[in-house]
Amino acid sequence: MYLALSVLTPFLGAALVAWLSQRGRAAAAWGAGGVVLLSLLWLAPLLPAAFAGETEIQRLTWIPAVGFDLVFRLDGLGLLFALMILCIGLLIILYARYYLSPRDSLGRLCAYLLLFMGSMLGIVLSENLIQLLVFWELTSLSSFLLIAYWRGRKAARRGARMALAVTGAGGMALLAGFLLLGEIVGSYELSVVLASGDLIRAHPLYETVLVLVLLGAFAKSAQFPFHFWLPHAMAAPTPVSAYLHSATMVKAGVFLLARLFPALAGTPEWTAIVGGVGLATLIVGAVAALFKHDLKGLLAYSTVSHLGLITALFGIGTPLAAVAGVFHIINHAIFKAGLFMSAGIIDHECGTRDMRRMNGLWQAMPHTAALAMVASAAMAGVPLLNGFLSKEMFFAEVAVLGGRSDAGWLLPVLVTLAAMFTVAYSMRFIIDVFFSGPPKALPQTPHEPPRWMRVPVEILVVLCLLVGIFPAQMVGPLLGVAAAAVLGGPPPDYSLAIWHGFNLALLMSVAALIGGALLYAWREPLFVLQRRFEGLLDARTIFEASLAAAIAFATAAIRRIDTGSLQRQAFVLVLAVVGLGAIGMAGADAALTGARPLLPIDGMTALGFLTLIVATLAATVLHRRRFLALIYVGVVGLIVSLAFVRFSAPDLALTQLSVEVVTLLLLLLALRFLPQETPVESSQGRRWRDGILAGLAGGGIGALTWAMLTRPADSIGGWFLENSVPGGGGTNAVNVIIVDFRAFDTFGEIAVLAIAALGIFALLDKFAPVGLERDPLGHPWDRDLHPVVMSAFARLLLPLALVVSVFIFLRGHNLPGGGFIAGLITAVALMMQYLANGATWANERLSPQTHPWIVAGLGAAVLTGLGSGLFGYPFLTSTFAYFDWPVVGKFPLATVMVFDLGVFLVVVGATLLIQVNLGMVHRASPAEEGRGWRP
Amino acid sequence: MEALIAIAIGALTGCGVYLLLRARSFAVVLGLTLLSYAVNLFLFASGRLVVGKPPIIGTADTFADPLPQALVLTAIVIGFAMTAFVIMLALRMRADLGNDHVDGRD
Repeated sequence: MYLALSVLTPFLGAALVAWLSQRGRAAAAWGAGGVVLLSLLWLAPLLPAAFAGETEIQRLTWIPAVGFDLVFRLDGLGLLFALMILCIGLLIILYARYYLSPRDSLGRLCAYLLLFMGSMLGIVLSENLIQLLVFWELTSLSSFLLIAYWRGRKAARRGARMALAVTGAGGMALLAGFLLLGEIVGSYELSVVLASGDLIRAHPLYETVLVLVLLGAFAKSAQFPFHFWLPHAMAAPTPVSAYLHSATMVKAGVFLLARLFPALAGTPEWTAIVGGVGLATLIVGAVAALFKHDLKGLLAYSTVSHLGLITALFGIGTPLAAVAGVFHIINHAIFKAGLFMSAGIIDHECGTRDMRRMNGLWQAMPHTAALAMVASAAMAGVPLLNGFLSKEMFFAEVAVLGGRSDAGWLLPVLVTLAAMFTVAYSMRFIIDVFFSGPPKALPQTPHEPPRWMRVPVEILVVLCLLVGIFPAQMVGPLLGVAAAAVLGGPPPDYSLAIWHGFNLALLMSVAALIGGALLYAWREPLFVLQRRFEGLLDARTIFEASLAAAIAFATAAIRRIDTGSLQRQAFVLVLAVVGLGAIGMAGADAALTGARPLLPIDGMTALGFLTLIVATLAATVLHRRRFLALIYVGVVGLIVSLAFVRFSAPDLALTQLSVEVVTLLLLLLALRFLPQETPVESSQGRRWRDGILAGLAGGGIGALTWAMLTRPADSIGGWFLENSVPGGGGTNAVNVIIVDFRAFDTFGEIAVLAIAALGIFALLDKFAPVGLERDPLGHPWDRDLHPVVMSAFARLLLPLALVVSVFIFLRGHNLPGGGFIAGLITAVALMMQYLANGATWANERLSPQTHPWIVAGLGAAVLTGLGSGLFGYPFLTSTFAYFDWPVVGKFPLATVMVFDLGVFLVVVGATLLIQVNLGMVHRASPAEEGRGWRP
Repeated sequence: MEALIAIAIGALTGCGVYLLLRARSFAVVLGLTLLSYAVNLFLFASGRLVVGKPPIIGTADTFADPLPQALVLTAIVIGFAMTAFVIMLALRMRADLGNDHVDGRD
């Protein structure tokens, strides 16, 4: 429970902070800090066990039907990452409070940061692989928001999109890898996966899984050749860069390498791919970093390079290398966060990040300079600082590995070369920024930053020193449990000491320091050399070109499919359906006619169907004369309801009849605002083409109906008939199904009805129709006299009609009727008043805004549903009892009556809302101005 | 009897499809109305044709299948809501674009 809370707190906190930010920046910052602390607090009770090396697994049941649970896991590795994410996150929020200019919303930044933090925590604390992937994708999404924080800037949007595209594509590969992994192991739970290393490595799909998972991890951790997104992500505000590129986002990839180390590592393929890619990234990043004049650009490539180092360590695959990898994860997070923050301070104070312009800042900000110098010395791997220790372990492992083969000597040489570049760019960061003459044309005069802006950097730099000098005391326990979790067993003996005696690793370190200093001294000729090759192979250009090509392809494809013509689309759709149907029918080897005995034809029914067919054809042939066609459609509807009567469906007949009235009325109203005739537009050929297709469709459906009707039925209807009385307390099985057995469906259906009505109401807003102002006889529409006889009758009829609908409603459970039909009858009765007495008269007595009816109806339905929850039953479980009333006799009363009442109210409300409001749309003729009502 | 209803459903479908393919919104709405009759009848007929045995318990020994009837009952009401929405869309299109062609251009 605590783990889930810890992960969820930042997500909920994000909304809280977004809301708090209305009350000012301080509120947002304190709120965000509080959320992080709370998240830490949830972990606190679990810390002792985690430090003791135990693995805590907490499970929340989610969808038990498909065996899907929310499972969280806290072991040493998760603990290390969770602490890094939360503690550095806290420092970042403090820093952002002072970094962000008052023009930018701190609340938005903090909210995004918290979203991101929650997603990261989700990754490192997930036990289920699929769940891990969901959080993985969430980090891609929330980092997109963070990088594009300054959404007005093109570079920010472009950088964010690139990061999302690359890491998102990696996520796809990862999903495929996880699915395969789950298939191989038979479970998505990490505990099982991590214990099945031998099974996975021996499986024929091992290579596929490995490549897919590594694609995901490499894209996230900016490994060569996917490294190009990271420097472009520097368009983000510096606190974001400091967070994403030190302790979190890019570390998710190496976290995954560490997490799956027991399951996937230990094969030659692993060593070749992971080690090779890591080494390449290490070198490419280090070399590129030296040539960046932008302060953050240098740090970005340095991050790429250090991630390569960590990847290479996991790639080497020995237990000692894995320990060193975990150690470097910690060290890199500490010094790189500090460096990014220092770079942000310098940018904040100077107004530029170009190292060719800012020199001699030592004079202006000695305090910041000292901090930045310590941090970059840690990055370079200078003794007594944390970076030295893990780098030394890396050198030692490389030296061991290099000694194993003939060409192995190349490995230490390459690594030392990369380390030289690391030293050189670190020196550049120190000397070019803080020394080497006075500053050149800075946009603003630099000062020391606000006191509290420096505090996070101070904390991190002190950590660099403490870890560097007292490694065993500072990080020993944490590193121990984390390494044990990575290795899936006790870690090997290693010594966290500064001095290991004279060995090859020390020699490499010294060579790197001296070589780096020389490289730095000769940087000018190197810069000249680099300028000659600049832009020759720019990953960004390749990425943008392939992106543009993909977009062009998609646009062309869509243009071919979607011509913007509805007729064409509809034709293609019907053609496809007819084609599929034809294929299906042609492929079937059964006869068209089945064995079921046929019903005899009687004259009345035959006449009815003949009328239906004639009216249908007439409506189609005469469709240009719209009024006439509409009348024929009405005839069709009436015969359909008669067909329901004939074939034992009284409920349907009642419904169809009342719906028919309402529909016809609606279409008549609508026809007023449309042309009365349709012009001849389609060519003869087109009409033939459509006619043939329509004939095929009709023939196909007819044949299908025939085939179905002549075959015996096998239905679950019998169950409903048997249980209608004992289970639902009603003898009308149709109504019992609607309000009881399938009430949840009905609830959805009345919701659809309500939404349609509201949609129509919205469409009526500012509706300015071009309609007829006069009827065919020359009278203005709104001057229609209401015939006295009709209006008197309608008024007399109203109470009668309402009594009928009450009757229909009440008997609905046992005899044909119910909420739908009663609602329609009531609506028709009320609409009669509008027709007979006019809108003005009716509106004085009944508001045309029937939204409350709909609300009350849906409310009644929901409350009945929830009511069953009070008694511990599932949503919409019904109950009923028999009552004995003196005059009426014994009758059942079911809770579904309330539900049916809800149906009734929604039907009345929705129907009236549609009809009355459309009916009242008109342009008042001059004499009637002011009397007319408009919605 | 089965042949009659099969022909009727076929005719409704064919005419509905033909009207659906017309260029003016009103014809399309009529076509959709005819198609919804066809669909409702088809669904209803999937319970097979039974004469004189409505599914009211206690009136007979065997009954018509109540399940397709319950499905069709709500489908009729939803069909009305759909027709209303589409015709309103057509009206709005005519008012805002000045014509009633389904593509919004004459």
